Amino acid sequence: MSGAADEVAAIGGGLRTASVRAVEASEVRRRVLVIVLRIVVGVAFIWLWHHASGRWIDTLLISSPEAVGLRLWHWTLDGTLWTNLSVTLEATALGFVIGCGIGFSLGLLFGRYRLLAEVFDPYITAIYSIPKIALAPLFIIWFGIGIESKVAVSAAIVFFVIFLNTFSGVREVDPLYVNTTKIMGGGELSVLRHVIIPSAASWVITGLKVSVPYALVGTVIGEFMSSNSGIGYLISQATGLFNTASVYAGIIVLALVGAIINAGLKQVEARVLRWRGD
Amino acid sequence: MTGGAGIAIRGVRKAYVGRGREVLALDRIDLTIEAGEFVAFVGPSGCGKSTLMNMIAGILPVTEGSILHHGRAVTGINRDVGYMTQRDAVLPWRTVEQNVALPLRFHGMPAAQRRDHVAAMLDHVGLSGFGRAYPAELSGGMRKRVALAQLLAYGPDTLLMDEPFGALDAQLKLLMQERLLRIWLERRQTVVFVTHDLAEAVTLANRVVVFSGRPGRIKAIEPIDLPVDRDVFRVRFLPEFEAAYTRLWDALAPEIRKGEAA
Repeated sequence: MSGAADEVAAIGGGLRTASVRAVEASEVRRRVLVIVLRIVVGVAFIWLWHHASGRWIDTLLISSPEAVGLRLWHWTLDGTLWTNLSVTLEATALGFVIGCGIGFSLGLLFGRYRLLAEVFDPYITAIYSIPKIALAPLFIIWFGIGIESKVAVSAAIVFFVIFLNTFSGVREVDPLYVNTTKIMGGGELSVLRHVIIPSAASWVITGLKVSVPYALVGTVIGEFMSSNSGIGYLISQATGLFNTASVYAGIIVLALVGAIINAGLKQVEARVLRWRGD
Repeated sequence: MTGGAGIAIRGVRKAYVGRGREVLALDRIDLTIEAGEFVAFVGPSGCGKSTLMNMIAGILPVTEGSILHHGRAVTGINRDVGYMTQRDAVLPWRTVEQNVALPLRFHGMPAAQRRDHVAAMLDHVGLSGFGRAYPAELSGGMRKRVALAQLLAYGPDTLLMDEPFGALDAQLKLLMQERLLRIWLERRQTVVFVTHDLAEAVTLANRVVVFSGRPGRIKAIEPIDLPVDRDVFRVRFLPEFEAAYTRLWDALAPEIRKGEAA
């Protein structure tokens, strides 16, 4: 039976021969090599920074790794880091959740109802082409200098990414799945739950991954413009005082936060989309 | 007239409008399919045989005429049929058992009962042990068996199949035909089977309907004079098979040549 080999390959079977172990060993070696090279690049960059600082380039411009490290250390000890970071994270998370929620719901709605999408298309395109940063001063007038205006900026940025991705995802759903599910007895809600949403999930998750850094950017821009706490506030304060060590320290914190959140989302993606196989 | 599960197609016409033109896909189709009958549709590509099947499924509306199923006119999605196409319709984001359980869920079977039923159906198509696998992890033939298990699980009395085994290799195709025939002998559903493979049509069906090239019309209807309980691997060597095949080919060949010339 010609399907037999396929079936064995599909679910286990076969033997752990020497060549299987050789292939696995070479995969491990490669992973280790990548990690080692990553560390080498990082160390080389810091070393170059250290050497350039004060020797080739004015310390005022690029500070130095020692000064930045020391600043981060002090911020950690005196609580500055956590106080401000928590403000930024809270605004980012709220903006992200609100933007995602509205973007996802509207994306589903517009994806399912063609007329709605056609009517609103030019308006959405017009609003989409506005740089959302231009809305930040407006949001500060509306919501004040507290957390609300930062939430609004990041929600506005995240909304569009998620909305457009969900919309495309819903549009791409294979009508064969929809029809077959209906014939099997599924109603509109079942189709939405078992076909449309899972099918659009890969688009939505791509949107989520793209929009996390955007949410962070939105919050930090809001903090730059007017605020009294947050990492963006720390950076803009330090800029005003030409305290470059603090500026770099703030930037590094933001970079780390973005990287950590993205790594988390990758885990979520691997779980939700595990049906795709390798 | 047909009994309970039969299909009555009355004066059906199907036209498509596109790019400012109207194209006639099917014209003057009259056909009665008895309950429990296995009917195959054959015809050149584009003759509208799949279109007719999709109209029975209620996916496409008829332009003129009517289709009765269970004595009721089909006006929207027909939930009294099982539907299987060449392309896989098993949902890739659900495991094998979740796929098979889905229609049972729609029909309100309690979860505990569902589990046993799904296990029994997977066993029936030789897929026990694969319940937790995702479709992407299976071979094409196995995915077909998942679709078959799904159809069996909720047991519609009418099956609409559009070249369901078209993408499989020759041997696997024979195995699937054998499986389908066994299931049909056991349950006697009404089956509409669309194919472009004449041998497949003769092997499986009680009656074969030949469609002409576009606009599709019924050109010939050939009753297949073979035992109901036939052996799909050997039936092709019987003289009745050869006779039916020859007559069907004589009806079909000019239509295919017309399509070539156009």
